Amino acid sequence: MAQIELSGIERTFTLGDSEVHALDKVSLRIEAGEYVAVMGPSGSGKSTLLNLLGLLDRPDAGHYLLEGRDVTTLSADEQATVRRARIGFVFQSFHLVPRLTAAENVALPLMLAGVPAHERTPRVARALKDFGLQARADHRPEELSGGQRQRVAIARATIMQPAVLLADEPTGNLDRHTGEEVTALLEALNADGTTLIVVTHDPAMGGRARRRLMMEDGALRQDLRAGAATSPTAAPT
Amino acid sequence: MTSADTLRFAARAALGYPLRTSLMVLAMAIGVAAVVVLTALGDGARRYVVGEFASLGANLIIVLPGRNETGGVNAGSFVTSTPRDLTVSDATALLRAPLVSRIAPLSVGNSEISVGGKLRDVMVLGTNADYIDIRQYHMAQGQFLPREELGRASAVAVIGDKIRRELFGATAAVGRMIRVGDNRLRIIGVLAPAGQGLGMSTDELVIVPVATAQAMFNTNTLFRIMVEARHRDALAPAQKQLEDILRARREGELDVTLITQDAVLGTFDRILGALTLGVAGIAAISLAVAGILVMNVMLVAVTQRTGEIGLLKALGATGRDIRLAFLSEAALLSIAGALVGYGLGHLGAWGIRLAYPVLPAWPPNWAVAAGLGTALGTGLLFGVLPARRASRLDPVQALAKR
Repeated sequence: MAQIELSGIERTFTLGDSEVHALDKVSLRIEAGEYVAVMGPSGSGKSTLLNLLGLLDRPDAGHYLLEGRDVTTLSADEQATVRRARIGFVFQSFHLVPRLTAAENVALPLMLAGVPAHERTPRVARALKDFGLQARADHRPEELSGGQRQRVAIARATIMQPAVLLADEPTGNLDRHTGEEVTALLEALNADGTTLIVVTHDPAMGGRARRRLMMEDGALRQDLRAGAATSPTAAPT
Repeated sequence: MTSADTLRFAARAALGYPLRTSLMVLAMAIGVAAVVVLTALGDGARRYVVGEFASLGANLIIVLPGRNETGGVNAGSFVTSTPRDLTVSDATALLRAPLVSRIAPLSVGNSEISVGGKLRDVMVLGTNADYIDIRQYHMAQGQFLPREELGRASAVAVIGDKIRRELFGATAAVGRMIRVGDNRLRIIGVLAPAGQGLGMSTDELVIVPVATAQAMFNTNTLFRIMVEARHRDALAPAQKQLEDILRARREGELDVTLITQDAVLGTFDRILGALTLGVAGIAAISLAVAGILVMNVMLVAVTQRTGEIGLLKALGATGRDIRLAFLSEAALLSIAGALVGYGLGHLGAWGIRLAYPVLPAWPPNWAVAAGLGTALGTGLLFGVLPARRASRLDPVQALAKR
């Protein structure tokens, strides 16, 4: 059983009186522990795909099986529960809550999951230590550098130990050096078994992924795997 | 999300925007303070008036000439057109009622008092020896009017404390002769200083026997007759007996009005209670305005924090979590405003009591409860719409907006 299985996914947006096929009959299988880069020009549907994978958006047609379970039919609150437990998000613009400290930002998913405060504190402390942020625990986002902010965001995305980590242009707002650090961090998490799906149009970053999905006009054009091209719907090795 | 976390999160959010929060709290506080202060004023006025009437004495029936109710037509209405006067013999007749313990006829007029070249206007009250007990006044010096026939015009007077001070200063007043109008009277007593009573201060009163007053003002009518029933429960039957006696003396027509203190008190209580309620209603409008302000502020907060809401959804917050967080924030703002307003209101009421010591300006409990309740209620009510809007935001669009 593949961890993620999309079949015939369609997503259409209505802009004015014209319809835009953001995703057009996308079928895809991703196994647990894969490192996938979704690439393509802007408007090719890669962010929509990521939102769908993260259960933030619903397809107009098709099925999405996450760990064998059809999640497209779940209610919004059930999807929220699945998202909380199995999926971590990393955003280009970090999305930290400005009035909360680094530690509180990292603790947010635990708080939403109803983990009691006394259990949260050691877990957050360990996460901050793992990401080299223990000295920054009580700083607000505005007092952190871009790289630190993204590390806080990654700590937050992984505190619930999700099965899938979704990153939307995680290095887009960072300079080259810190971008590489963050990439290395994400790859280290992937090496520990977390499925990593990165949306990027930075070819350097995409090139590091073991599998590359090239998108264009809402469709998967190429599914490149460790240098060898296969057809988009082919079963993984 | 546990409720403690929801509360903490909402509190952090409220404190994260101090200016907005303090303005919001201020608006709510003004509303609640207005309720507290205005009801304190209204209720203080009510208590003041009720207190004034209560000082009349509890088992009093006041008889005054003339009717203030339309009683239909009877034989007497064709004979007389104007109401008959109250006379001293009416007063004496009332004493025959078994449930009546004491009566005091009252005859009132204005005159001049002069002593040793000092002259001033005074109100002269003609009555009898029982008046002091009925009104529960006290003597400072000398004695009150002598117990004698109501028809006897003794040339004696009892004066109020202020009159004594103005006319005699430090010298002894009792035993001195004064001139009131054309009469020479001897002072036999001075009343102890007392406060206002029904707008008439006893401190500026000259009290003489009723016959003396009637002679002085050349009249044989009475202004009022005060009747004291034997006890409080006897008030209603006593009133019936009085009516029977008076009707018999007036060819079957009861052209006098009998008021009991309870009736007067009840009326004033109702009027001023309604006034307090009206004032509270006006103050409640400011609470409603504050409630709308809460809604406005929360709607702005939802717009301002769209990105945050999207993020919380991406982190797995359910619609309920977000709704509760925003609702808690509105509730916290309202509670803070209500508490501050409660404090401000009590401060204001204290200020009023300080400025007008006669006015017992304490806010009634019902008004405080209603004020706080309305504040919380409007806060929550007007918080529902923004909270629902927040919980229904599409996470993808919310995240895109930053």
